[in-house]
Amino acid sequence: MLEIHDLHASVEGKEILKGINLCVKEGEVHVLMGPNGSGKSTLSNVIVGNPQYTVTAGTITFNGKDLLAMPPEDRSHEGIFMSYQQPVEIPGVSMNNFMRAAVNAKRKYQGLPPISGGDFLKLVKEKREMVGLDAGLTRRSVNEGFSGGEKKRNEIFQMAMLEPQLAILDETDSGLDVDALRIVAEGFNRLRTPHTAAICITHYQRMLDYIRPDIVHVMLDGRIVRTSGPDLAYRIESEGFDWLKEENSQI
Amino acid sequence: MSSLQQYIDLYRQQQPLLTKGSHPLINAHRAAALQFLEACGLPTRKDERYKYTDVAAVLEPDFGLNLSRLSLQFDPRQTYRCRVPGLGSSVHYVVGDSVAESNVLIDDGSLFVGPMVEFAQRYPDILRAYYNKVEGDSLAVLNTLLVQDGLVIRVAEGHKVADLLQIVNLSVGSVPMLANRRQLIIMERGAEASILNCNHSATRCDNLATEVVEAFLTEGSHLQYYSVEETTANCNLLNTTNFVQQKDSHLDYASITLNSGLSRRTVNIALEGSHAQTAVSGLVLANDNRHIDNNLLVVHNAPLCSSDILYKYVLDGSSTGAFAGKVLVNAQAQKTDSQETNANLCVSPSARMFTQPMLEIYADDVKCNHGSTVGQLDDTALFYMAQRGITPEEGRLLLQQAFAWDVLQRIDLLPLRQRLMHMVEERFRRGAGACGDCVMCGA
Repeated sequence: MLEIHDLHASVEGKEILKGINLCVKEGEVHVLMGPNGSGKSTLSNVIVGNPQYTVTAGTITFNGKDLLAMPPEDRSHEGIFMSYQQPVEIPGVSMNNFMRAAVNAKRKYQGLPPISGGDFLKLVKEKREMVGLDAGLTRRSVNEGFSGGEKKRNEIFQMAMLEPQLAILDETDSGLDVDALRIVAEGFNRLRTPHTAAICITHYQRMLDYIRPDIVHVMLDGRIVRTSGPDLAYRIESEGFDWLKEENSQI
Repeated sequence: MSSLQQYIDLYRQQQPLLTKGSHPLINAHRAAALQFLEACGLPTRKDERYKYTDVAAVLEPDFGLNLSRLSLQFDPRQTYRCRVPGLGSSVHYVVGDSVAESNVLIDDGSLFVGPMVEFAQRYPDILRAYYNKVEGDSLAVLNTLLVQDGLVIRVAEGHKVADLLQIVNLSVGSVPMLANRRQLIIMERGAEASILNCNHSATRCDNLATEVVEAFLTEGSHLQYYSVEETTANCNLLNTTNFVQQKDSHLDYASITLNSGLSRRTVNIALEGSHAQTAVSGLVLANDNRHIDNNLLVVHNAPLCSSDILYKYVLDGSSTGAFAGKVLVNAQAQKTDSQETNANLCVSPSARMFTQPMLEIYADDVKCNHGSTVGQLDDTALFYMAQRGITPEEGRLLLQQAFAWDVLQRIDLLPLRQRLMHMVEERFRRGAGACGDCVMCGA
């Protein structure tokens, strides 16, 4: 589904990604771990096409299409969704208007007519209940005045609305209490199908207990230095990253 | 010949014709107006309140005036069906500067809506007491010199007007015309009314309107006055609006400029009685090389009054916006509560905004704040929307619309607010002047 080959990327002239290779197949859940500043968020931002990041070398294909040639909105229409570490507040734009614009943009891309008002509200209600988002929140401005937990839940709600093929969860678990984390993770699990995949960036074992990843990668200094099964996450939880840093400096 | 001199000469040559088309009580003010103009001239850009707008240039062209009060051979009622859905309204047309003959005059003892000349005939003492009572600058005085008729709205003591009173001003003419419009609004003790003033254009010729609105809010009266400008690039406007508020009166004023040529509004509000409240709002959407200037002065002359000011501009193309808002709190105006905000979006690199919120306080126990911002569209928000599939064009639209709607939230009349929100959305979606006709009809 997603194939990244020798990806290099920089921010404001500083090279952050130094040759990433990654392959995500249908049905898989990948976890990206690594110390702060190792390039995890950069990688997810590059996949979704954030203009602040410059790709200097390498390729990304998604279902065989050249992702780097697409504007961010087309990457979204092709089925890529990123749940933000810090969701953006958009004062004055109601969640309903925002989501409707998003849903209709995708439908237009697929050659479908705009969704009717009634069908849209039905869809909102169904997805809202799926992720346990309060009804009042969809009438408020996007993320404005939402608590940290509400913002993250809102990200999963948007994901449910757009039904992406590949979801990137950028520290969706950070800042959540135990209950909120469970609800968000359960919402995420409900959205999983044999044809979808996910990349989950996290520092915490607890999230992994819920979402049960297939593959764990560890990033250090802009490279993936170790790829293994879920056990790797447990070892990092107990031992940290130092042993990997040491191993790497010896190479 | 100076811009002003041509009007002075015109007045001198055409005085018999001009006064004939008016009323002695209105004519009585012309001599003093002439004297004032000859002594003071027009404001220049050296005058603090006219720093950004060259009034002389606006008045420079050789406009025609309808001094002989020729009847215009069309009935606006047939062409401009201006209605706000969901709101009962009584509509009154002003064509050029003539109150339309097809209007239905209202004079039932509790409400008068009709031509000023007619009002002067029926109620000379009231007109004498209120007409031209607020001292204005040269622009208002020029209107006093040349105006022949206007519209009077008088709401009698304790009367609450149920319907929205809508005034539709139409710019007309097959040659460049100058229209001198006047409104006198008298809200007697405890009276309540909502007025929607719309400016539209039915001509492709260059034209200019000078407008003077004088409104008196007697003790305990409530007035909502909303002015919507949806004309064309060749319609320039020089408006002066004066409100005088007595004790316990409430004013809600908003001006909404959706499309126009050069537009200059001078709004003066005097809070003369305690516990008077005023909310002043402005929304400006400008593109191309338009120039929109709002100049506001709120004077607190009595204790325990409040003023709440919010103006927002969205400037596109190479348009220029100017806002100056001065809140003057005099020594006797203790316990004044005032806030002033001017927020502006320059959505194109060549758009420019000049903003000047001002506070001048002579009382020592007041709560006042003022501030202004000028910014661009939020790139982070635009990218967040793009990640959800929303194109940059649609994202820009949503952000600008949200920014503008904020002002409309202050309009209490829900059907009117929704109508205006729709108009703003259409304006962003289809561009200025997409609907060359009156957009209030919803066609």
